[in-house]
Amino acid sequence: MSSFRDLPIKHKLTALSVLASGSALVLACFTFVVYDGWTFRDSLIQTVSTQAKMVGYNSAAALVFGEPRSARETLSALNAEPRIISAGVYIRDGKLFASYLRDPGRDGDEALGPVLSHSNAEGHRFEANHLDLWRPIIFGQERLGTIVIRADLEAIRTRQLRYLGIAVVVLLISTLGAILVSFGFQRSISGPILGLAMTARTVSRDKDFSLRARGSGKDEIGVLVETFNEMLARIQEQNQQLQKAHDELEQRVIERTTQLEAANKELEAFAYSVSHDLRAPLRSIDGFSEAILQGYGDQLDQQGRSDLQRVRAASQRMAQLIDDILNLSRVSRGEMRYEAVNLSTIARAIASELQSVAPERPVELSILDGVIATGDPRLLRVVLDNLLRNAWKFTEKHPTAKIEFGVSHSNGKPVYFVRDDGAGFDMAYAGKLFGAFQRLHAMTEFQGTGIGLATVQRIVHRHGGRVWAEGKVEQGAIFYFTL
Amino acid sequence: MNDKVILLVEDNPDDEELTLRALKKNNIQNDVVVARDGVQALDYLFGNGAHAGRNVSILPSVVLLDLKLPKIDGLEVLKKIRGDDRTRFLPVVILTSSKEDQDLINGYKLGANSYIRKPVDFSQFIDAVRQLGLYWLLLNEPAPSER
Repeated sequence: MSSFRDLPIKHKLTALSVLASGSALVLACFTFVVYDGWTFRDSLIQTVSTQAKMVGYNSAAALVFGEPRSARETLSALNAEPRIISAGVYIRDGKLFASYLRDPGRDGDEALGPVLSHSNAEGHRFEANHLDLWRPIIFGQERLGTIVIRADLEAIRTRQLRYLGIAVVVLLISTLGAILVSFGFQRSISGPILGLAMTARTVSRDKDFSLRARGSGKDEIGVLVETFNEMLARIQEQNQQLQKAHDELEQRVIERTTQLEAANKELEAFAYSVSHDLRAPLRSIDGFSEAILQGYGDQLDQQGRSDLQRVRAASQRMAQLIDDILNLSRVSRGEMRYEAVNLSTIARAIASELQSVAPERPVELSILDGVIATGDPRLLRVVLDNLLRNAWKFTEKHPTAKIEFGVSHSNGKPVYFVRDDGAGFDMAYAGKLFGAFQRLHAMTEFQGTGIGLATVQRIVHRHGGRVWAEGKVEQGAIFYFTL
Repeated sequence: MNDKVILLVEDNPDDEELTLRALKKNNIQNDVVVARDGVQALDYLFGNGAHAGRNVSILPSVVLLDLKLPKIDGLEVLKKIRGDDRTRFLPVVILTSSKEDQDLINGYKLGANSYIRKPVDFSQFIDAVRQLGLYWLLLNEPAPSER
């Protein structure tokens, strides 16, 4: 029955109404025809029975007086009734007394014979094509014989056929009428449904939720259309809200970005101011101290000269600190570029720079080639510069030095390292290594402001990596980092 | 050597004093004209204002230009110097505290010949001035002035 399901509503409706009206019609016709048949039969029986009685009565005299000819004449009156095929009068012992045939030359007595085997005095029997009816002929109190009449059912047949014909024609006409009517009316049902379907399709295709389906009255379809429209309205509303939220978010992002940019600009201005304005007075301090030393140094004693030297040293150190802070802040400013960076070539360049400044130092450099990492080339250079410079610095006191740069793997991720066999550090203070301006050595031992490792840490963190170190006093240190 | 004038554009009196001393320490005896802001510097170069009537065909051998100046700042002065035909080829050495990338870029973009960062350490400064003097006053060939 799935094929019925797939029929368009128009055809379904038509089929249904045709089926309904058709079956009603058929039932009505059938009932009518059948009933008519029955009543017709009854009326036939009635008629034939009456005729049988009349003829029987009229033949009674012939029977009594034994006059078959007279009986035959009486019987021939049955000619008036065209439906009667044949008739016969039988005397009591079953012998045929007189007969009548409508169409002589056709089957004769044998047709009537079997009738008499019936035990009832009167009765009737319907055969396929005829009705046999028999009545007793009674005169006075005596039963003289039986009259049998055979009537044909032709009339019924034609009548029924006629009725059937009419019924079929009426059926056809009404079916046609049903089809036309349903075609006309289906539009009022399937029209809105189709409209709804089209609207739905257009909405989903064009993503236009402002469309609405056309209303169609108050029936179930109308309710459907209304509900559908409500749904669309809700979706449209939600869409608008979503859009609004999206816009608000964008707005907020824009605001936030401008705020950040403003903050960054402020930071840059601050750094600029620091780099310029803070150093000027330092220059004066240092310069005029030196001027005093040079101009009046001979008038000062050792203490005085040494004091002025300390003044100079302090101002120079402050300048260095300012530079380091600036460098540290420069790391955080600016955008990061992500590229493939060859750490090996950078390390080599830095190493050769260090070597060229102090060529007399016997340093064994072992730099692994082909180490490529992804990150900001400028910042990564600063990392390697700081680490290698540290390695260089802290191996100064040793007669020979070995500095190594390479990469190892841990959990499938590369870990870069710089190793030296210099002064090393006490692991107990490892936590302070990367703090800004934290130093693990006295200023007299090694120079430095303690900002190098803090810078390294900040850069590595900006790359999303980790940095840590291991060391042993006087046995060197290894600095590891990931990116 | 005395006809080679040095134009020092510097607003900080301490720095001015130190620079003059450094020059003296290096036996650089050229006349030094000091302009304390951008306006004075341009007035001198083009013979306006306080320097009206100066023979502007005589240009300094080198201009030592600080960047942070009141009124008209160093980069503006540089722009004006490079913008005028008379002073287009005048050697300008930016002598400043700042090592900001932006200042370096702008300085060279506007046509500075050299960019020197003033060290805090005075002895280093003396050495720098010595090299400056040797180079710009003795070694370098300035552009011929158009007569």
